[in-house]
Amino acid sequence: MNKEGQDNSRRDALKTMFRGAGLMGLGGMVWGGMADGLKASELSLRPPGALKEKDFVKACIRCGSCVEACPYDSLVLATPDDNTAIGTPYFEARKIPCYMCTDVPCVEECPSGALDAALLSPKDENLAESMDINKARMGIAVVDQNNCIAFWGIQCDACYRACPLIGEAITLDFRRNERTGKHAYIEPVVNREICTGCGMCEHACVTEEPSIIILPVEVASGKVGAHYVKSWENKNDNKLNGATEKVNSDASAAEDYLNDSESLFDD
Amino acid sequence: MILNRFLMISIVKRNRYLILRRLVQFSILVSFIGTNKWGWTFLVGNLSAARVLDSFYLADPYAVLQIFASGFIVSSDLLVGAFIVLIFYATIGGRAFCSWVCPLNIITDSAAWLRRKLGFNFSSDNLRIKRSIRYWVLLLGLVLSAILGLSVFEMVSPIGMLHRGLIFGFGMGWAIVISVFLFDLVVMKNGWCGHFCPLGGFYSLSGKYALIEVKHKVEKCSDCMDCFKVCPEPQVLKIVTKLSGMIDAGECTNCGRCVDVCADSALIFSLKNIK
Repeated sequence: MNKEGQDNSRRDALKTMFRGAGLMGLGGMVWGGMADGLKASELSLRPPGALKEKDFVKACIRCGSCVEACPYDSLVLATPDDNTAIGTPYFEARKIPCYMCTDVPCVEECPSGALDAALLSPKDENLAESMDINKARMGIAVVDQNNCIAFWGIQCDACYRACPLIGEAITLDFRRNERTGKHAYIEPVVNREICTGCGMCEHACVTEEPSIIILPVEVASGKVGAHYVKSWENKNDNKLNGATEKVNSDASAAEDYLNDSESLFDD
Repeated sequence: MILNRFLMISIVKRNRYLILRRLVQFSILVSFIGTNKWGWTFLVGNLSAARVLDSFYLADPYAVLQIFASGFIVSSDLLVGAFIVLIFYATIGGRAFCSWVCPLNIITDSAAWLRRKLGFNFSSDNLRIKRSIRYWVLLLGLVLSAILGLSVFEMVSPIGMLHRGLIFGFGMGWAIVISVFLFDLVVMKNGWCGHFCPLGGFYSLSGKYALIEVKHKVEKCSDCMDCFKVCPEPQVLKIVTKLSGMIDAGECTNCGRCVDVCADSALIFSLKNIK
């Protein structure tokens, strides 16, 4: 009897433990899924000096100090229906772009380090006073060439004129209009090395929906892979140091592929 | 007229800590709202992190812990700020954040009040979940933050949604706040604050040895049980009607509601007996 009682209590303890672990697992799945889902979009434009999106949502404590510091009310804190990590700051360029304050109050006010003055400062100096707003990389302007009326031959340079780095971040490209034979296309071209993603161009665009759109750098960028070598760039071919002449592919495969007729009629 | 004044005084007296708490809660909220709307500068930010009087920072220690778990260390300003808050509640206030500062407390207190007034007490089908689950939620919040690289409680916190909603605009956040209200009203007595909230759990643990506590004098007690009816954490009142002593459970929110309603003055705020 006594022995049985002991066995039962051990069994009960095990059951309770398993149930507890199960509850934790269930809670973890639901909660984790919800939190990860709510993080959602990587399309949000972050304030200047923001860390990379993945680090930014970690680091931001959601205090809203940057929003309060923004004199143009560009920055807002995300609410649950904004498709951005809740409580983190972002701006919609079409509504109110970043007006590029030279003293960058949003970064200066950020207490957590999610907005990092070092990203806007020269490498050797880390001081808030040395911040240069033109170093901001909030996003990159991308032109929709199908809907930009300049690409139709209509003369419009609204984005070019609105750009705070006029002639640098957006330049105008002149091209002969073969359709009329006597006019020019005057097309806006974005220089991705210089564009800060402030969004004044998107704000100024005259089409019903903007035809020049700011996308976060990570969204708007491709990636070539490490094996490409730019021989025309100084020291880029250092990548080849230590490379061997050994070829990894089977040379006979290239010679035989036509003789091996089966592969031609595979489908 | 004289009778009315007498009645007024007695109402105020029987609700003095409630009135005081609401004053504190609203003052803090209005200070934050004023910063955003009218450019005040003495309290900048919100309850997650705030700069006080242009001189030092305060920060939510559980938020800072989640950020740490997710793989980022906040600036030294906020580390110090979180430490100040932690030390304040650990040595003085106990769980006072919950009842004196947290804006969601107003919502859940209202739900509990309405529940009492409507006589909702579905003892047969009441959801039974142990109050200690909050400590597991607290732990799970840190584990999930580490796994997902994201402060998971801050992502879903109804406190944050209400608080930021009032200062910066709600969006759909109000739906979550109303959900908490309805949950507390019709599903579970003191459901959110008393069972699930990991921040409450955090301050329950850290504030266990704080100095300010409610003191019970059993010789004055007339066993009316009024305190049990209003207490959001009635399990902490286990000595009431039985023994004199301090209500020293960490889960006591120091809301003072029991002190308010006690007609016998058998419950008073006091400093912890230091032996």
